[in-house]
Amino acid sequence: MTIRVGDAAEAPSFQKAAFKLLDDAQLRKNVRHATDVITAKRAIVVKEQLDWQQLRSTASAIKQHTLAHLDEYLLKFEAACTAAGGQVHWASDADEANRIIVDLVKQYGGKDVIKVKTMTSDEIGLNKAFEASGIHPHETDLADMIVQLGRDKPSHIVAPALHKNRQQVREIFMREMGLSELTDEPQDLTNAARIYLRDKFLKVRIGFSGANYLLADTGGICVVESEGNGRMCVTLPDVLITLAGIEKVIPSFRDLEVFLQLLPRSATGERMNPYNSLWTGVHKGDGPQHFHVVLLDNGRTRILADPEARQTLHCIRCGACLNTCPVYRQTGGHAYGSIYSGPIGAIVTPQLLDMEHSQSLPYASSLCGACYEVCPVKINIPEVLIHLRGRIVREQQSGANLEAIGMKAMARIFSSGRRFEAAQRLGHIGQWPFVSGGWVKHLPGMLGNWTAVRDVRPLPRQSFRSWWRDREKTVGKKENADA
Amino acid sequence: MPETLNAREAILNRIRTANTAANAAARAADYQNIERGYQQTTTLDRETILKIFLDHLHEYDAHVFEARPDTLAATIAEVLRTNSQKSAIVADNFPEENLPTGLTWQRESESTKDQLNTTAGTISGCEVAIAHTGTIILRGTRQLTLLPDRFLCIVYEHQIVETVPEAFARLEPFKTEPLTFVSGPSATADIEMTRIRGVHGPRFLDVIVVRD
Amino acid sequence: MRISLFITCYNDTLFPETGKSVVRLLERLGHEVDFPLEQTCCGQMHYNTGYQQEAMPLMRRFVQIFRDAEVVCIPSSSCVAMIRDHYPKMAEATGDTGLIKAVDALLPRVYELSELLIHKLGLEDVNAYYPHRVTYHASCHSLRSLHLNDLPLRLLRKVRGIDLVELQEIDQCCGFGGTFAVKNGDVSAAMLSDKLRCVENTRAEVCTAVDNSCLMHIFGGLHRQRTGVKTVHLAEILASTEDQPAEDERQS
Repeated sequence: MTIRVGDAAEAPSFQKAAFKLLDDAQLRKNVRHATDVITAKRAIVVKEQLDWQQLRSTASAIKQHTLAHLDEYLLKFEAACTAAGGQVHWASDADEANRIIVDLVKQYGGKDVIKVKTMTSDEIGLNKAFEASGIHPHETDLADMIVQLGRDKPSHIVAPALHKNRQQVREIFMREMGLSELTDEPQDLTNAARIYLRDKFLKVRIGFSGANYLLADTGGICVVESEGNGRMCVTLPDVLITLAGIEKVIPSFRDLEVFLQLLPRSATGERMNPYNSLWTGVHKGDGPQHFHVVLLDNGRTRILADPEARQTLHCIRCGACLNTCPVYRQTGGHAYGSIYSGPIGAIVTPQLLDMEHSQSLPYASSLCGACYEVCPVKINIPEVLIHLRGRIVREQQSGANLEAIGMKAMARIFSSGRRFEAAQRLGHIGQWPFVSGGWVKHLPGMLGNWTAVRDVRPLPRQSFRSWWRDREKTVGKKENADA
Repeated sequence: MPETLNAREAILNRIRTANTAANAAARAADYQNIERGYQQTTTLDRETILKIFLDHLHEYDAHVFEARPDTLAATIAEVLRTNSQKSAIVADNFPEENLPTGLTWQRESESTKDQLNTTAGTISGCEVAIAHTGTIILRGTRQLTLLPDRFLCIVYEHQIVETVPEAFARLEPFKTEPLTFVSGPSATADIEMTRIRGVHGPRFLDVIVVRD
Repeated sequence: MRISLFITCYNDTLFPETGKSVVRLLERLGHEVDFPLEQTCCGQMHYNTGYQQEAMPLMRRFVQIFRDAEVVCIPSSSCVAMIRDHYPKMAEATGDTGLIKAVDALLPRVYELSELLIHKLGLEDVNAYYPHRVTYHASCHSLRSLHLNDLPLRLLRKVRGIDLVELQEIDQCCGFGGTFAVKNGDVSAAMLSDKLRCVENTRAEVCTAVDNSCLMHIFGGLHRQRTGVKTVHLAEILASTEDQPAEDERQS
């Protein structure tokens, strides 16, 4: 099986990537600005939604229930979609999904495909597979188009070009669209994109999309978007291929009343995003007359098999956790080396890869809990991070590494009051090589990261318990004297 | 195809194994027992609901007009005059008697994609509207309401509900039809988080609310 | 009331002043304080870093040592969060019904310091005097695990002589995060940099919080940059009076 999450398996560690990215002042300014804007907008529309917490609870319960019966719901969806004229395919991994999709495009004799945004296609590396078969994929979401034309990588779940400013976008458009004149006003840039893509929307016969929700009772699909390119891609072509992770299924059409209230507010800080498209199978004479759904596993059943971590699959890809994360705010998405970045990326990426890669990601968090607070489907990300750290320690590390040895030593020290006090006394003696001018200047090994940016005082002369013991002795003497 | 059959069985097996081992069904609520404590009905009167709907439309820079059933055609005429619009493509199920005289028009089913793309504007009704989110929900008319630069939608007061759940209750009979939720003109904030209106969908949205 | 103090491993070793202040404060308020010497650590560092197995015996020790305590006071919101958020799960995973019951019985008796003062003892004014310009940083655990909200601020507002000034971005993580500070030192430093900027903008002489873990990290940066700003745990401010000001007790 080739389970793939973009290029995550080859990415450098978070620490390495972060160190470089922290030097990019432009990037940090762009990321900070973008996340500040969305979090402020989100706060307003969430405050206005008085039943926000009830919606979250219901959404979490629906997801938990659905996962517990995932096989039944997928089969239900397949039956209903097929009865409505769609064709359902199943793919265990990235390569299988690519093969199915490429074969379908070839079957219909297409050389071009218009695509509406889905991270799932980045996950499996679909564009590479298309290009290897001589098929040209055309990204139609503005941000994905910016990333594609700029030969770059997405850096955010909802706003993939968040790391680019208007001057950079102008350069990319002028070069790739062959424009001799273009200002850097966002309005002009957007108009350029509108003209460039309209031609493609009207001509290209094969469309490709993801799905925000698969509706098990009706066999229908729901796509949530802002720009209108989604509507274009799912309505105008003759053929439509939709790729969706198996966790996208929800029990019924009615459940959308919950998710469509949570997703727009969480993702873009709107009461409702501009366009939601719902369709079921093939509608005679209206829209694509050939419709295919590819259901993708690619490691999701692995996540399902871990009881502590399966809540990861609740994710509805809103990006709110990224926007609120104080770590993401400093580095942006590229530091995570995965298309799924930020807090959700830190838990989903290594799990899809069976914890063999991206092991630095679960540590890319101070466990501040801001993500859990904003997650519309109540994924307890800090809890999952801690659990994954445990899996890495137990499954991936050799017990002989320095950290494990140190941790075991500390555990022994903490195992009795007396050992702890002995260690405190040792610390008082052992610290002197590191103390100079009344301060600890350098600490050894990884602890050196502390003293690299922080001053540290030497251990106080007397620990608390030592003071307490003295006090008890004095009280004891007094009591004896009074007796 | 055999490959795909294998994948199907393999995926289903992995799911079942995972759920059995985790005792997942016992730990999750049954579907009918899932607690739904969110608001599902309205507590507001019709005037307030209408006002909220209009406010939200204005926030999206939709041009909003009001009419009564007997003044609808005249109001449509006024909107078209404001837009200097002399022709339109009209939804198949839109009543002809509501169209103003003197208008050059044809039905959606009589039109090609290119005509829809270049028409001065299109006209349709809707199925239901949501005040709380400023949303208009369309049944069918997908290309009609997408390709042109200008779209005029007629919303009857009785079609407006306060909440999203109420809208879904009304949509239940049509849940397998193509439905489009429109909440303002298309937009993007992908360049420096600056919100720009009118990327691919109609840049100009006119709404006539019919008080009935 | 007889209040058992769980000082926490790092306060015991690095910030004994905080412990002494808690004792002084509670005794001043008329309560008896005891300190079981067998105590060491709640297990948070191990648990959060992925060494959950090593954290288990530490959890058992804690539950055993404080089994009969009337009330446990802990001047560290992160340790209270560890106990509240994780001990029940850890106990359940063992299947040991005795342990599960013991954790259940103990948890309601465990208080972070400001919770103890306001919720258990019903006090906001503890008769403290601290004539300095002070700003308060809300640690992540105090906010999102304990939901302390404004308990510490209510206590600070009643301190005589204090000039309390609001911290911008008060709920942004300072970047300590336990082992995160060394395992991801660069990002931790970047987050600290933002926090320091906000602290310095208040022109406060002192930054306070209910966790010395945050304060150790924040002070490390404040001192490295020679800002002259100090960090002082909430307990030390509340223990400070005209007769026994906080500074006198500070060891150099």
